[in-house]
Order: sequence, then structure tokens, then C-alpha cells
Amino acid sequence: MKVTICIGSSCHIKGSRQVVEGLQYLIRKHNIGDKVELGGTFCMGKCQQGVCVTVDDKFCSVSPETLDEFFNENILKQVE
Amino acid sequence: MRKFDTKVQHLKYKVLKEVARLAWNDTLLENLMDIPQMIIPGKTPTMRCCVYKERAIVAERVKLAMGGNKDNPNVIEVIEIACDECPMGGYEVTNACRGCLAHRCEDACKFGAIYFDQNHVAHIDKTKCRECGACSRVCPYSAIISLRRPCENACKIKAIHMSEAKTAAIDNKKCIACGACVYQCPFGAIMDKSYILDAIDIIKKSDNNRKYKVYAVVAPSISSQFTYAKLGQVITGLKELGFYTVIEAALGADMVAYSESRELVEKGFLISSCCPAFVSYVEKNFPGLAPSISHNLSPMATIAKYLKEREKNCKVIFIGPCTAKKAEVQKESVRPYVDVVLTFEELQALFDSKDIDITTLPEDVLDNASYYGRIFARSGGLTDAIAEGLKEHGFTDFKLKSSVCDGIEQCKVALMKKSKNMSDANFIEGMACVGGCIGGAGCLTHGEKDKAEVDKYGREAFEKTISDAISVLI
Repeated sequence: MKVTICIGSSCHIKGSRQVVEGLQYLIRKHNIGDKVELGGTFCMGKCQQGVCVTVDDKFCSVSPETLDEFFNENILKQVE
Repeated sequence: MRKFDTKVQHLKYKVLKEVARLAWNDTLLENLMDIPQMIIPGKTPTMRCCVYKERAIVAERVKLAMGGNKDNPNVIEVIEIACDECPMGGYEVTNACRGCLAHRCEDACKFGAIYFDQNHVAHIDKTKCRECGACSRVCPYSAIISLRRPCENACKIKAIHMSEAKTAAIDNKKCIACGACVYQCPFGAIMDKSYILDAIDIIKKSDNNRKYKVYAVVAPSISSQFTYAKLGQVITGLKELGFYTVIEAALGADMVAYSESRELVEKGFLISSCCPAFVSYVEKNFPGLAPSISHNLSPMATIAKYLKEREKNCKVIFIGPCTAKKAEVQKESVRPYVDVVLTFEELQALFDSKDIDITTLPEDVLDNASYYGRIFARSGGLTDAIAEGLKEHGFTDFKLKSSVCDGIEQCKVALMKKSKNMSDANFIEGMACVGGCIGGAGCLTHGEKDKAEVDKYGREAFEKTISDAISVLI
């Protein structure tokens, strides 16, 4: 599974660093590092909905507050 | 609203704008010959002896706007017919000399070069004069002036001399492409080649970023530029021009600071590699010190490399204050990562070629780097960032002794001392331009307030530490 997080300016200000760090932590915690590949990109063209994240081809709007929920629904459930 | 410091810049801008406007419309080739007449209409000359000469010079500027002489590897070129062949007699006594009693000039001269005629008026014996300027400084009437050519005066590495035709000539073996002469020549006879056509071509062929993405990487010195508008409006303007998105070169600076501070501890002594003109100066004049130049790419190349490694077919256009960057991208080590280098002057021309008035645009955001990455734009900023990098790495035992130099004259002194083991500095921060990048030749304005602007812009960064800024780079 490829998870791409937007690290462009707009998403950065909305907390993409916290999202990146949070995801890195959660992936380690659940020991699924071999199944999830994290990547960054500068801008997905949907700045209003940032922090923009794609899980494979699926677009998700994430914030540091909704990160746990996003991770459980879109990453953990899918790889298990 | 004054966008430029000088009328020379304004003329250069008008040419760039016209060339760009035609290029966007795909009508450059058929209209190429009309540009001089468009820029110099009518019959009354405003700059030179006649409109025909003015147009002939504009035609040369058009060539430079289109990339200049391909056979000349230097990115800086002399427009021979624009060179006014300034007198270059060195120090001269003018008729302001009143033949006074004090004769301070005589006392000040250590070489006995001042003599007097029967009216007690001073003269300079050219065979004895060493051009030190001491007489000029002490004359109460300011009667002694230097007739050095502004280009030669600006060129601290002495790469400019007079050709047989009396025009300025650049010695490419010495030139480091810093652009000091470009900004200083009052006739605009020395210019940096422009690659705006390459930039326009890349943007057009991207099919609105569908075929490939075009990234604009902007230098942190942008904080002191486009002062008539908001930075956020410049970012929107860049996207209107056709860039996919805008990224701070300062993020590359954060990456460099992080890696270079580690390299410094490993090697014990390091010379900064950020400024391409300084690097070129070290390589050409202090080859013995060249192995100590940091192996890190410049911030521009570092962030561009990051982009290209993650997205193979993307294009990267760097926009900054620097003419030497145009030479840097010709290097084998940088060429794969940066497609085109533009200056702020050229960006202004590009905006206006598409009638983009940035003051009317909404504000976008630009925030990738930390405070430390952003202050690379001014002299001393790199050293502050290296000190912070050492701290963030936990290298508390390593004592940073940095020699901070801006302007080639200071760089020369620091390198000279180091090469003779007369300096205990373990880091040399060299910037070819006085003040650092904010003094770059490709700036729109060269104001005094620039340094404070850089720090203010740095403090506005969302991220406060280098580690935080680069932690998103996964």
C-alpha cells in the first residue's frame, strides 16, 4: 500500500508534519512497515481539503485531529 | 510604483518582457526584428547619440534575452556596442584643485607621485602612482577623482580588462559570474544571458502541468523583493504563469545545514558550497583549499534533486537573485536536477509579459522551510544555521569558529589567511555578493532594509528548527 502525504506549503501549515510523524509512529506501533510505503509530494491541487493524503489512488482529507480515525479506517483495516 | 533600482534594469526588463510576450504567443520569430523599433519608437534619442544606435543595442539585448552567444560558455556577456569605452586613466586631479597651501595630497602620497606646477596646482606622476587613492581621500575640495571604469571597479577578481577596441572584455578563465559588473555598468553594456525562452517552452509544453509538473523553486531572498506586493501574491502569480506549485529553496538550505554540520564535524574544516560564485572563486584562485569545499550540493540543487528523484519527468525552474546560478546549472553535478535558472528581474518581466498584475491577486502561501533555511539569504545566516545544525545533531563538543565573509574582497582575505595557516577558523562561509544573496545582481531592488526583511521572513516560518522542517521529507 502506498500512502502519499502532501507536504506542500498549504498542507504544511495545516499540519502535514504532524500527519507524517503520526503515521510513522502508528505504522511502527502496529508493525506494518513492510506493508505500507509512505511518501511525500508537493501539492495535490486540492489545497482547500488539506492535509491531502492518498491511499493508493483514494483521496482523503486528514488533519492531525482526525489522524487516528483515518489510520484505522483507511490503512490498518485495509492491510489486515 | 518603482519596480527597479536603475533605468538600465528597466530597459533590460522591457526587452525581456517583449521577447517573452511574443514567445507566449508563438510569434517571436516573425516579430524578432521589430522589437528594437517597438522599444525605441520615434526619432528622438533618449539614451544615446541617435535612435539607430539605441535600436542596434536593443537588438543585442534581444539576443541576450534569447540566450545570448551560444559559442561563449560564460553566462555574462559584454554588449560591445553598448560599452561607452569609459576613460580609465586612474586617479586624476580635476580643475577643482585650487592650488592650496596645505598640499595634503602630497603628504598623503607614500609614493611621491604628487607634484605641483607654477600655480601650485597638483598633478599626478603616473609612473609613480599606485592607485591607492590616499590623495583623493584627503583633498578638502574632492578635487582628485578616480577614473576607473565602473565595471573594472566592480570586478574584485580583476576579470575585466580593456580590449584592443577599448571596450570592456571579460576573461572567462577568471570570471566567476557573480554579476557585480552587470549591476554596476551605468550603460548596461554587461548583461547576464537569459533563459526565459527555455522556461516559457517548458511551461507551454507541460500542457497545464498535465504532461509533467513544473516546479518553481524560489530563493529565500524573495522576501526582500517584489516589495510593492505581498509575497503570497507573488506565489499566486507564479501559479498563474503556469507553475504547478512553488517550493522554497530554503528547504534545500535546511537540508544542507543539517548535512553540512555533520560533514563539518567529520572533516574538522569546511568551506561552504552554497554560493556558486564563491565556489568558483575558491576553485580558480585557491585550488589548494578546493578539497575542503563542502561536498553538499547548493540548497537549490539539493531540493531540486529531491524533487527529481521522486518524480522523474518533472521540471524544476529556480528563481533567485543570482547570475552565478546560471553557471552553476551547467555543471555536471547540477544539470540533471535544475532545468532553468531565472532571476527576479526576469520573473518580473514574465509576469508583465502575461499582464499578470500581482497586486490584484489573492494571497497564496509559501511555507516549507525553517527560520534557519530562510536566513541563508543574508550573510551570516548559513553560519547561524550550521551552529543550529550542530546543536540539533547533539554535537555539543564541537566548537564552531566561523569566518563569515561577504563580498569577494572579504572572501579573499579569509581564504588567504587559511591557505597560509594564519586562521583558526574551522568553517568559512563565503558569499560573493556584499550582504549575501540579498545583494545579488539579479535582484529587482538593492535596498538597505533587506537584511532585516530576511530575518523577519525567517521568523514567520511555521517550523522553528531544521530537524522539524526536513522531517516531512520522506
